[in-house]
Amino acid sequence: MTEPKDFVAGVGSDIRKSQKRVLFVTRRTSAQVKVSDEEQVQTFPEGLLRIALAIEILAIALVLISLFFNAPLEGIADPTNTPNPAKAPWYFLGLQEMLHYFPPVVAGVLIPTVLVVALVVIPYFNVNIEADGLFLKNRRRRLSIFYVAALGFSLFLWFFDVYVALVPTLIVAAFMLIAAFSSPHSSSRSRRYLASKPVSWWVMTWFLFELIVLTIVGTFFRGPGWSWVLPWRG
Amino acid sequence: MPDGKGGYFERLERTRVWRSVFRSGTGSSTLHRALAIQQNLFLHLFSTKVRRRMLGFRATWYLGALTLGTFFILVITGILLMLYYHPSVPQAYADVKDLKFVVSSGMFLRNLHRWSAHAMVLLVFAHMFRVFYRGAYRPPREFNWVIGVILLLITLLLSYTGYLLPWDQLAFWAITVGSNISSAVPVFGDKARFLMLGGHQVNANALLRFYVLHCVILPLAAVLFVAVHMWRIRKDGGLYVRQSEPARESEPQPEVPATDNKEVLVGKR
Repeated sequence: MTEPKDFVAGVGSDIRKSQKRVLFVTRRTSAQVKVSDEEQVQTFPEGLLRIALAIEILAIALVLISLFFNAPLEGIADPTNTPNPAKAPWYFLGLQEMLHYFPPVVAGVLIPTVLVVALVVIPYFNVNIEADGLFLKNRRRRLSIFYVAALGFSLFLWFFDVYVALVPTLIVAAFMLIAAFSSPHSSSRSRRYLASKPVSWWVMTWFLFELIVLTIVGTFFRGPGWSWVLPWRG
Repeated sequence: MPDGKGGYFERLERTRVWRSVFRSGTGSSTLHRALAIQQNLFLHLFSTKVRRRMLGFRATWYLGALTLGTFFILVITGILLMLYYHPSVPQAYADVKDLKFVVSSGMFLRNLHRWSAHAMVLLVFAHMFRVFYRGAYRPPREFNWVIGVILLLITLLLSYTGYLLPWDQLAFWAITVGSNISSAVPVFGDKARFLMLGGHQVNANALLRFYVLHCVILPLAAVLFVAVHMWRIRKDGGLYVRQSEPARESEPQPEVPATDNKEVLVGKR
């Protein structure tokens, strides 16, 4: 095999779109250059019109909701009368659910901090940039890491009786197991789909699943003393 | 834009006053349309052209635009609500009651503000996950992802500070639950809580602080970061396109990656 050239040179000649272009693309060139030529439209009016239309439809929907459903208002704030349960806004109920199992310094400080830091650093780690299926490379090593991580985390949640978070974890782990024993050549389409997913996809999907489950449980299924209740029973 | 020469709008566009405001001229050529974006302080955050397939619903689900839409609604309804609201105890609660029984359409105003706020939190989360699953956070868009996370936090804080303002039981105890958590922060937790509430518990000082945060500081921060967020879309090469999704499969792609002049400049860096 011959050594690949260090650069690509070319001349563009679509005179209707732009003047003549001379271009050198080296292998060190940033990712922006890898854009291919494709049909573009003017932002004004075509893009802006669509954005305006989308916002109008949303506004109409919100107006309709506001006409038919009133925002809640309870009695005046009374520091001497604690409601049971006292619930945070819905988007914090996942954390409040964790607060039920772990001390505040873990559920209220450590977990949110780790979450925010984890979100911020996503694009700065190559493991989140690569798009290959999790088990398609270094299969044996990755499979053992997966076993240890999934088992360790499940035992941890089980030990602290966090079944609400354990069940979604086990479900995602089961799907990862299916992915581990599938390949891009599997006969079923869904198995090919699972096999193609990188590790970042799995972690984010697990996080999203936990977020939805914990928020729904906190919003609808928690009553006095943070006990289980059924939302349809008064 | 209609083509008729005699329309009122066309005549208006040709007036000296209009042209002093909008310098991009009156034509509908590509150049004029590009200038309409480029020469406008607000619109120049966008690029003048956008890939056609990125305008389809499938590409983005319009989640970013819709989030911005809820923010617009919240600013407008929020300003109107401020006209009827005193951030003091117990007047705040009486004002919110008055919205229901005294102010014309007051209840509708409050409903729209509240449901739009919930919608905004939901849409911000949806936008984040959508961007993640499309892989649009990848270089060179890393920093815009970080700005997005900051905007998520600002949105949550906006919603959280607004939650206290009605000064009812729901508001008071939700904020009490939340602020108790902050005292669990090691070393400076209690101090942070004192700073946030202006006291050792949720009281009139806390209401005033949350009001200032909710109506001044956080919205200003949001506007600033939203502007950077949208401007960075253009600077990072436009809305993210998946390389695995060819634009039109029937058309052969050029061997040399075609770019416009800006991208050549970036490549030379």
